[in-house]
Amino acid sequence: MSEVRNPTAASALSEPRWVRLSLILIGLAYLSLVVLLPLAAIFTEALRKGVGALHEVFADEATYSAIMLTLTVAAITVPLNLVFGVAAAWAIAKFEFPGKSLLITFIDLPFSVSPVVSGLIFVLLFGAQGLFGPWLAANDIKIIFALPGIVLATTFVTLPFIARELIPLMQEQGTAEEEAAMTLGASGLRAFLTVTLPNIRWALLYGVLLCNARAMGEFGAVAVVSGHIRGQTNTMPLHVEILYNEYNFVGAFAVAALLALLALVTLGAKSLLEWRYGDALAGKSRH
Amino acid sequence: MTGIAVRGVAKDFAGTRALDGIDLDIRPGELLALLGPSGSGKTTLLRSIAGLEPLTAGTIHFGGEDATGLRVQDRKAGFVFQHYALFRHMTVAENIAYGLTVRPRAERPARHEILRRVEDLLDLVQLPGIGKRFPGQLSGGQRQRVALARALAVEPRVLLLDEPFGALDAQVRKDLRRWLRDIHQRTGHTTVFVTHDQEEAVELADRVAILNRGRVEQVGSPDEVLDHPANAFVAGFVGQAVRLDVTVAEGRVRADAIELGAAPAGIPDGAASLFLRTGDIAVVRSGGTTSGVVTAITRSAASRRLEIRLSDDLPAVEAEVSLDQQVARGERVALTIRADRLFPATR
Repeated sequence: MSEVRNPTAASALSEPRWVRLSLILIGLAYLSLVVLLPLAAIFTEALRKGVGALHEVFADEATYSAIMLTLTVAAITVPLNLVFGVAAAWAIAKFEFPGKSLLITFIDLPFSVSPVVSGLIFVLLFGAQGLFGPWLAANDIKIIFALPGIVLATTFVTLPFIARELIPLMQEQGTAEEEAAMTLGASGLRAFLTVTLPNIRWALLYGVLLCNARAMGEFGAVAVVSGHIRGQTNTMPLHVEILYNEYNFVGAFAVAALLALLALVTLGAKSLLEWRYGDALAGKSRH
Repeated sequence: MTGIAVRGVAKDFAGTRALDGIDLDIRPGELLALLGPSGSGKTTLLRSIAGLEPLTAGTIHFGGEDATGLRVQDRKAGFVFQHYALFRHMTVAENIAYGLTVRPRAERPARHEILRRVEDLLDLVQLPGIGKRFPGQLSGGQRQRVALARALAVEPRVLLLDEPFGALDAQVRKDLRRWLRDIHQRTGHTTVFVTHDQEEAVELADRVAILNRGRVEQVGSPDEVLDHPANAFVAGFVGQAVRLDVTVAEGRVRADAIELGAAPAGIPDGAASLFLRTGDIAVVRSGGTTSGVVTAITRSAASRRLEIRLSDDLPAVEAEVSLDQQVARGERVALTIRADRLFPATR
């Protein structure tokens, strides 16, 4: 995000016009085939039987509860990872401590582990046959096949997004500004609120958007821990699959379209931010 | 005006000793330079005075008050960071006002009072009218001035500057040096600045403290450290000298079997290090204590600088001659060498 945009750079490139054109065309064609076409298909399929059929889909109790569950999970997961992400990035960027590289590796773990495996980990821990299963059953606490399990699995999968966004930025910014604030009399908390937080706000927002998009869209890990109980533990992605398997294509594509729409809104918000605050985003790396 | 007394200060970083028993008295109102090569501990000492580094041992007093246990926020030491550390998301005015606005309500000046102070400080640092700009829109020299104004805004007891001119180009450095000297004279703050540039230190400071490997090698006025370096390290570090490994025998200094001149009194016989500056070598018409071959001649505005080889195995030394003195490259010239800065080899 720190590259200097140079408007004269393009004219310095010496590739002939046809090479440039074909490169652009290849890029566009590939993008259309792999991204735009499927996206368009989702929306056309959803609208195949008209808006009336859509109304029917969203009037369905199970669909409504799936949407609410997804929103609830995102509403819990994103703040959790927000707090953890800021704390972890702060610790990694501003302090030296033993086990630091181990912590960075662990933060990356959810990126490299298959989501299905992530879900299984929680079943193995909290499931009926799991490590804590008997104790949980004795105390009448339900984690697997219930909201806590879905939240845990989603939190695990989306854990890296905010921390990963912040760590390089905070490392680059260093600690001098915080130190300056403290020599001027600001307490540690005051320095964090008035200096650190404003300096990372755009990266933080970006991380939150990405984290939120993934939290709402996560399928694999959630599929393992949810149990697919209709109207109770079905999130939107799971609901899409159920509807599809029941040959309710309009329903499946309608919910899928809503999910895609949420993702598009997220992307739109991100682009808007970059466009509106592009200078501030680029400026954050300037000293 | 507050003096600073540093007593037995030591600082370890993960097993390495950065400061190794520093004793230093900084007089009220003086402008003191901490001079040393990189890794000598000068920045660590400055940060320790500010309270940014907890000490491993020792005490620091500000004007008789023990500041060792004081938090950085309570020391009231104005600190100017090497890369200025201006708050990039705040305007210049907000930067300067920061130290006042973070005060608890009871001690915080009224809004118009803060605004007035910001204006005054911008005038003081000769940047009137730029309060609404952001740090990213300023040049390096302007940022430096804003950083100083921000540090002065809280009326600090002492002013600490870390490599204040390190990141600036030569012309701006020169201007800012004069300007800092000026500000110091006007505000009268006890000021300590860190530098690795000996020229900057002797030009700007009332006194210079020379650090090496976490220890103070010498503290003194520019005249003292230049004319009477306390040891071989100081002699080599200030005054742009060429070092020759020599032997002293019967009051004479020899290098590589070449006789250079008379040794000052009190230097024991044996191996020694001789530090020669341009002023220590005079090119004479005849006689002289030794001779050498001119290998290069460079011109400056008022004189000519000669590079002279005393022998093939010794490093070249430099001498300055007036413009009317005719010397040709390759010529062997007679020299008189003053062996003032001669130190017995320690190991």
